[in-house]
Amino acid sequence: MNALLQALQGFFGADLWTLIWTVVKIFIILIPLLLAVAYLTLAERKIIGWMQVRIGPNRVGWWGILQPIIDGVKLVLKEVVIPSGASKGLFLIAPMLAFAPALAAWAVIPFTDTLVLANIDASLLYIMAITSMGVYGIAIAGWSSNSKYAFLGSLRSVAQIISYELAMGFALMAVVMVSNSLNLVDIVNAQNKGLFAGAGLTFLSWNWLPLLPMFVVYLVSGVAETNRAPFDMAEGESELVAGFHVEYSGMAFAVFFLAEYANMILISALVSLLFLGGWLSPVGFLPDGILWLFAKMSCILLFFLWIRATFPRYRYDQVMRLGWKVFIPVCLIWITVVGVWMISPLSIWK
Amino acid sequence: MGAIKDLFSSLFLKELLKGMSITGRYLFARKITVFYPEEKTPQSFRFRGLHALRRYPNGEERCISCKLCEAVCPAMAITIESGEREDGSRRTSRYDIDLTKCIFCGFCEEACPVDAIVETRIVEYHGEERGDLHYTKQMLLANGDRYEAQIAADRVMDAKYR
Amino acid sequence: MEFKTLVFYFLSAILLFAALRVITARNPVHAALFLILSFFSAGCIWALLRAEFLAIAIVLIYVGAVMVLFLFVVMMLNINVDRLREGFWRYLPLGALVGILMVLEMAFILGGDYFSKLQPHAPQMAAGYSNAKAVGRLIYTDFVYPFELASVVLLVAIVAAIAIAYRGPKKTKYTPPGKQLRVHADDRLRVLKMQAEKDE
Repeated sequence: MNALLQALQGFFGADLWTLIWTVVKIFIILIPLLLAVAYLTLAERKIIGWMQVRIGPNRVGWWGILQPIIDGVKLVLKEVVIPSGASKGLFLIAPMLAFAPALAAWAVIPFTDTLVLANIDASLLYIMAITSMGVYGIAIAGWSSNSKYAFLGSLRSVAQIISYELAMGFALMAVVMVSNSLNLVDIVNAQNKGLFAGAGLTFLSWNWLPLLPMFVVYLVSGVAETNRAPFDMAEGESELVAGFHVEYSGMAFAVFFLAEYANMILISALVSLLFLGGWLSPVGFLPDGILWLFAKMSCILLFFLWIRATFPRYRYDQVMRLGWKVFIPVCLIWITVVGVWMISPLSIWK
Repeated sequence: MGAIKDLFSSLFLKELLKGMSITGRYLFARKITVFYPEEKTPQSFRFRGLHALRRYPNGEERCISCKLCEAVCPAMAITIESGEREDGSRRTSRYDIDLTKCIFCGFCEEACPVDAIVETRIVEYHGEERGDLHYTKQMLLANGDRYEAQIAADRVMDAKYR
Repeated sequence: MEFKTLVFYFLSAILLFAALRVITARNPVHAALFLILSFFSAGCIWALLRAEFLAIAIVLIYVGAVMVLFLFVVMMLNINVDRLREGFWRYLPLGALVGILMVLEMAFILGGDYFSKLQPHAPQMAAGYSNAKAVGRLIYTDFVYPFELASVVLLVAIVAAIAIAYRGPKKTKYTPPGKQLRVHADDRLRVLKMQAEKDE
């Protein structure tokens, strides 16, 4: 046993314990995340139910509390049907490709200024790069299903995601400009100073107020990016049955489903960190802490569910119009405005 | 002035916020869900559920095999074959209703000159195999015998509107 | 052997395999996907060499945007693979010649002093060293003119692409959303109040 450990030590060098400790930390992040994903589905059904004067699931367990678990069990037990003529390997890889980026991005999300798995320099760029990989899951799922509905759904969805990624990228650029860093911890800390923060009203010096147009653009693009209603063009039950995952069943479908919700949680975390001050407390006399981050994320998620319960689905050409002809010009103009503002004597980011 | 007002209401997404305020208010509204197996919504006496064939009080079946219901049925769910019974009266030798075809429109009930075929208030029935929802004359007569009290009461309630 | 070296060889093996499959895969969609895989593993190797900005940039730009559009086109085209393969042997000598030339050119440029100075480790940098900052400083100071020139070339390409795709003014019926926004219910609809009539 000792000899084996010794051999491993020789092989990995001092990195061995780092490696083991990192794996443990990954599990500490991922397991609560997956639980949150599961219970977000329950929260969605409950809240949308309430908004429709219903009560939502209430049979499994007290108040429906076991519903996500029983749903998971059901989906695991179901058969994964592979359509004839489908490209089998790609068909099975696609859900993983959709899910993996949503989890991998959490490697750099800071929970407080010290509680972060990998505090890398360009963490914001890393997140943009990783989340842009999620498109492949959808594209491959649509193509490998050998079904026209799935293919059309995936084309729509991919075009939409790429378009809104541009707007999101521009919105992030403004944040990067004012915080002068690509690191998420620095971006949050940069929001803790300024006129209002000095007066104890920290929430007024967060990025959402000076970058209000960017905040709105980012939030709406986030909804479009995760293919949620009212931008759930990819699903479009009435015309495309269910979009790119129409041929998927059982666990393969469940993974797509999880990916959508994991992406929602990721977007809510990003909005909280970039625009709402992350773990900073909104007023001076309360201590900062991880609970503030969770509270902000919950509010953003509630917003996601709320608009799903409220708005009808956009028409596809209107979605593309909103992305290309409204959001991108707004972003370009506001980036210029912020640039001029920053070098002018009126700058609040000194 | 109106143009400026329009500009601001569209810039600040007034209509979207209005919609969200409505759903937001309903989030806290009293929920009106009926807990089905424990609670049930009240039924009308005209409710159109499972079919039944009725009998006269003396036990004679009402149906005279006129085939009006078969003719009027828009889903063609009713199949009737008629013949002469031993006592010389005209009766059905076969009266089948395929409940998987039936759309519960109630036309058969309306068409019947002798109130033989009726629809009861029963909704909680099921079939576990394909043939189970193919009701034959015996099954329909059995339904009629079983629910006669309810059927008769409903007819009395409905009588003044006819 | 160190752990990092192992990771390097692992990634290189994936990269070589994927690159080989790009040119040998029969299905064009599979070939495009293998190209994506090779880009991604190249990005990982860069990250291993501490060029994290470049690594993220290749993933963000090539994997995240350019290849998606590639995949789009390849998926929608109905490519007949057998017809594409028809002239394989006829064009092989020419293709091989070009290939060998390219390898030689790369060898001339990279060879010589590069291989003698090949280091097993990436250079050690100070703690506060930021990759993105260094690249940005270089681009906007020493190389600002080539950089701006490249962006102008790209702009010309965008305009050219639009000019090629533009087929004259739109012939379909279309309601401008701005016009729709300015319409009010009162302009279109008149609500009348009427006394209920009794039918007795």
